[in-house]
Amino acid sequence: MRHLPLAFALALTPLTAVTARAEAPVTSFELENGMQVVVIEDHRAPVVEHMVWYRAGSADEQPGVSGVAHFLEHLLFKGTQKLDPGEFSKVVAANGGSDNAFTSFDQTAYHQRVAADRLDLMMEMESDRMVNLQLGEADILTERDVIIEERNMRVENDPRGLFREQLQAALYLNHPYGTPIIGWRHEMEALDLDAALDFYRQYYAPNNAILIVAGDVTPDEVRRLADKYYAPIPPNPDLKPRARPSEPRQMAERRLIFRDARVSTPYVNRMYLAPERDPGAQEQGAALTILAEILGGGQTSVLNQALQFDQKKAVYTSAYYNGSSLDDGSFGLFVVPAPGVTLEDAEAAMDEVVAKFMVEGVDPAQLERIKFQMKASQIYAQDNVSGLARRYGDALTSGLTIEDVQAWPEILQAVTAEDVMAAAEMIFDRDKSVTGYLMPAEEVTQ
Amino acid sequence: MKRFVLAFGLILGATVAHAEIDIQEVESSGGFDAWLVEDHTIPFVALELRFRGGGSLDLEGKRGATNLMVGLLEEGAADMDSRGFAEAKEAIAAEISYGMTDDVVRISTQFLTETQDDAVSLLRASLVEPTFDEESIERVRQQVLSSLQSDATDPDKILSRTFDAMVFGEHPYATDYNGTIESVATLTRDDIVTAWHNAIAQDRVYVSAAGDITAEELGALMDRVLTDLPEQGAPEPEDIDVVTEAGVTVVPFETPQAVAMFGHGGMERDDPDFFAAYVMNTIFGEGGFESRLMNEVREKRGLTYGIYSYLVPKDHAELVVGRVASSNDRIGEAIDVIRDEWAKLAETGVTEAELEQAKTYLTGAYPLRFEGNGPIAKILVGMQMDGLSPDYVTDRNANIEAVTLDDIKRVAAELMKPDELAFVVVGQPEGLSDTVGQ
Repeated sequence: MRHLPLAFALALTPLTAVTARAEAPVTSFELENGMQVVVIEDHRAPVVEHMVWYRAGSADEQPGVSGVAHFLEHLLFKGTQKLDPGEFSKVVAANGGSDNAFTSFDQTAYHQRVAADRLDLMMEMESDRMVNLQLGEADILTERDVIIEERNMRVENDPRGLFREQLQAALYLNHPYGTPIIGWRHEMEALDLDAALDFYRQYYAPNNAILIVAGDVTPDEVRRLADKYYAPIPPNPDLKPRARPSEPRQMAERRLIFRDARVSTPYVNRMYLAPERDPGAQEQGAALTILAEILGGGQTSVLNQALQFDQKKAVYTSAYYNGSSLDDGSFGLFVVPAPGVTLEDAEAAMDEVVAKFMVEGVDPAQLERIKFQMKASQIYAQDNVSGLARRYGDALTSGLTIEDVQAWPEILQAVTAEDVMAAAEMIFDRDKSVTGYLMPAEEVTQ
Repeated sequence: MKRFVLAFGLILGATVAHAEIDIQEVESSGGFDAWLVEDHTIPFVALELRFRGGGSLDLEGKRGATNLMVGLLEEGAADMDSRGFAEAKEAIAAEISYGMTDDVVRISTQFLTETQDDAVSLLRASLVEPTFDEESIERVRQQVLSSLQSDATDPDKILSRTFDAMVFGEHPYATDYNGTIESVATLTRDDIVTAWHNAIAQDRVYVSAAGDITAEELGALMDRVLTDLPEQGAPEPEDIDVVTEAGVTVVPFETPQAVAMFGHGGMERDDPDFFAAYVMNTIFGEGGFESRLMNEVREKRGLTYGIYSYLVPKDHAELVVGRVASSNDRIGEAIDVIRDEWAKLAETGVTEAELEQAKTYLTGAYPLRFEGNGPIAKILVGMQMDGLSPDYVTDRNANIEAVTLDDIKRVAAELMKPDELAFVVVGQPEGLSDTVGQ
């Protein structure tokens, strides 16, 4: 690897420390080219997690090239003018580190875990591939085979994966969250260099990126290195505010049945369109988070107690809320029926339990337990600084701010039983839902 | 009380000499041993318990009894029913998870310092006074049966089961410790109680802790949790030698991507050559590194998303195995490449450059594992089960550094056996058919 050019000094906006009490100190500042920097200190072990997050995910793709965000993520390991294909990971490994990347609807992130004194090298390489990617046609074709095998593994080989895709596609009438992150297979097969580079040139720029460094490091050191490596990269002046096609008024419940010979455990999954956590206005998201816990969060949850313990109609139940997204997320209910119980009966029983809950309301003791567990999880989370880094990266690329992340625990604690019931009234609107049955193939007999 | 200190600075250079892992060996007044890394930075404790034996202790005809028993430990204990136990656990935000494998029952716990007393009471109740009431048995039995049904059409599960049945013969390892639909359906409460006495006993327990707890407190904790357990559990099964025949076994299954497992007999964990074998496998097929298999099968040919090889030193048998998944029309090519690489490693070992790269990776990566109380507690209990001493953490990198090219060449020639390399493929692989036994 050749040396990268030295950075010239660049003025920074003032350092703002937004330290939460009794928690890992978190510092944030912005480079003049618009790159946001977050430092999470944990000096217990001489390790750092270095992450660069882009505010660009699969939902930012153009129509017709689904999967290109994820394809590009793979291609970022294929070399620059200074690094050969595969050399990035090789250098990380030779320094005792590990590296990887991931793509989601709203973000793409690259990360390395290394000894604290190797941070300089990580920034040198990561800043290089932000703008200097160099790809050959052969790399493209081989790597396209790899992502198709990845799709085979994650989706095609698992009927539950295929079912989830169909459900998600039915939940969104217009928004790109209805398209799988990994891409539709027929579009993946046609992905080419131009599609990847279009996405790269549009979204990979410092003013669309967030640097997060967590671990045994000081804000001053991060500022010095960020100054050297990231600050010289010019911003993309053509970057536009993120705006995706949005959902129209949803007016009709959707229902689907997915059959596959490989299914031996049928289940029912209902998804409702749900508002996401919004910056400065996370109260409804907090109420939905707690509602999901009350209904399906654990052993003493409402669905679990009614369907597994009392009625014995299910072997598994859950409820979940995906609220950490840029646009409308989802709220889901999930029931695996007991032997001899049909999916229709399981669904009816699930709806009865929810209807009863709407009448009876929240058990105050359960609400108190859930809040205490959430408080404790803040303490447990301090043990895993990489996890904290992800929490910030995920929020900041989903439209939230550092202040929102830090206010979240207190907003959760402030949720009342009334808030939960109001959120439930709002969310359980079948016109904004899809209900899916995953079933064995009809001709299969046991 | 002895103390062993791993100074990261020794490994990573003089610039980072400030962090260290200080392992205390703790003995309770009741005679129980534990390893502890005390760190009062965050007000919680990570506690790990291990009971050696696990699923291999299942009695004849009672396959799945240990698994069902472990699944019931949190379903009611002392004067609490299932819901009461769960409420008590939730009310103090303690995390207690019960799991198992062929060789071990695992209990991983995290609790806040402020609720330590209640958490320890719950943990003790679940191990010493589990209820095993009939209603809970039926409920958990149905969950196990549901997952066994699911496994029956899951290509990865079919693969593991076929491979295990092929390599482990009559040993308990040959079958799934979750049991079969038939065996689980017939397990009785008596079978579960027997499995509990056999598996959860003092003579096989290992304990570690990390976080906000002192040696004295940990000693008292162990006496409280473990004193009322049976002194002795059931004997472990015999060791066996794995015997395989080179070839391919195809399990037809309609799915777009074929999955394959491959391997043969391996090396014991306490073999003096284990370090050399470990470095060799890092070069050959360890994931997340520029391994030979990853390079040849994924990077050069795009035949898969992931390919890995592992050394599997179980308590009673050893394997060297790998896994790969490729489309039905490409798995044949992947297998050809794997066979070639296997033979090449056996014949010529590795290069100086590969060895150096693996050493820098392994020695640099080792201290990074000690990230937080949770991972530290897990590492400590794993070391105890492997029969290592606390000073392993300081010697380990020197042992890696000491591995020579000749060591790897010798070990590769002994360990990698192309004429015993067996493949199992689940799917509809094109151009592949059974070759074993023909």
